[in-house]
Amino acid sequence: MSQSYNRGLIEDFSRWREFEAGMWAWIFHKFTGWVLIGYLFTHIAVLSTAIPASGAETAVLQAGNDVYTQTIVSLEGLLLVRILEVGLLAVAVFHMLNGTRLLLVDLGIGLDSQDKSFYASLILTGAITVASVPTFIAGAF
Amino acid sequence: MAQRYSSFQQGTRMWLLQRITAGFLLVVLAFHFFLLHFVHHADEVSFLMSSGRMETMSYYSLMVLFLLTATFHGVNGVYNALVNQGLSGTKRTAVKWTLVAASVVLIVQGIRTANAWAGIPLY
Repeated sequence: MSQSYNRGLIEDFSRWREFEAGMWAWIFHKFTGWVLIGYLFTHIAVLSTAIPASGAETAVLQAGNDVYTQTIVSLEGLLLVRILEVGLLAVAVFHMLNGTRLLLVDLGIGLDSQDKSFYASLILTGAITVASVPTFIAGAF
Repeated sequence: MAQRYSSFQQGTRMWLLQRITAGFLLVVLAFHFFLLHFVHHADEVSFLMSSGRMETMSYYSLMVLFLLTATFHGVNGVYNALVNQGLSGTKRTAVKWTLVAASVVLIVQGIRTANAWAGIPLY
C-alpha cells in the first residue's frame, strides 16, 4: 500500500527550490491533467456544432457552409488557436510520456532511474513539440 | 527520487481502472493526434469528412470508447487530485456527484455529436 507524505502547499511558491525531480514530475503531471480535462469539455462543446449542422441541406454541406465546418475553419484561421494547439500537443505529449513512466514504475520497471526517465520525458516532449510546429502552423498565414 | 509521488491510493479498484484507461488512452490519443493533425490537417476539416469517418462502425465505436475512457480518466484524476489536497466530508461527496453529473453531460453530448456525424437518428 502507498504511504502518505506531507508535501506542504504547492501554492507556497517560495518552496520551489527545494523540490526534487519527483515533485516536479508530480506537479507537471497534475497541471497537464487539469489542462487536458478542461480541453476535453471545450473540445466536445465545439464539436457539438455538428448537431445543428447535420440538419443542413446536402448542397450546404458540400459547399462547407454549415455551422460545424464554418466554426472549425474560423477557429483554425486564428493564429492564436494554432499556437494554443501546439501548447495542447506539448501538454498531451508530456502527460503521455510521464504517464508511461508512471505505469512502468507501478510495474516495478526503472525504479532506480526515475529521475533520468523524467528528464527524458521532458526532453522528448520538447523535441516532439518543436518537430510538430510546422505541421500545426501550416496554412495559418 | 526516493519518494513515490501519486495522488492515488495504490491497490484500489479506481487505481487499477485509472491505469487500464491510461494504457488505452496512450494508444488512442496518439492515433487521434496523428490522424487529425498529420494525416489530415485541422484546417481541412469539414462536416462531410468527419461524417465519412464516423459512419464507419469501427471508427465510431473507437471514438465512443475514447470518450468514455478519457472522461473517466480525466474526472477520476481530478477527483483524486482534490482528495489528495485534503477534500473530505460533505464537500467531498458534493464534488464527487458534481463530477459524476458533469461526466454524464459530457458523455451524452459527445455521443449525440458522434450520432449526428454517423447519421444515427438519436441526437
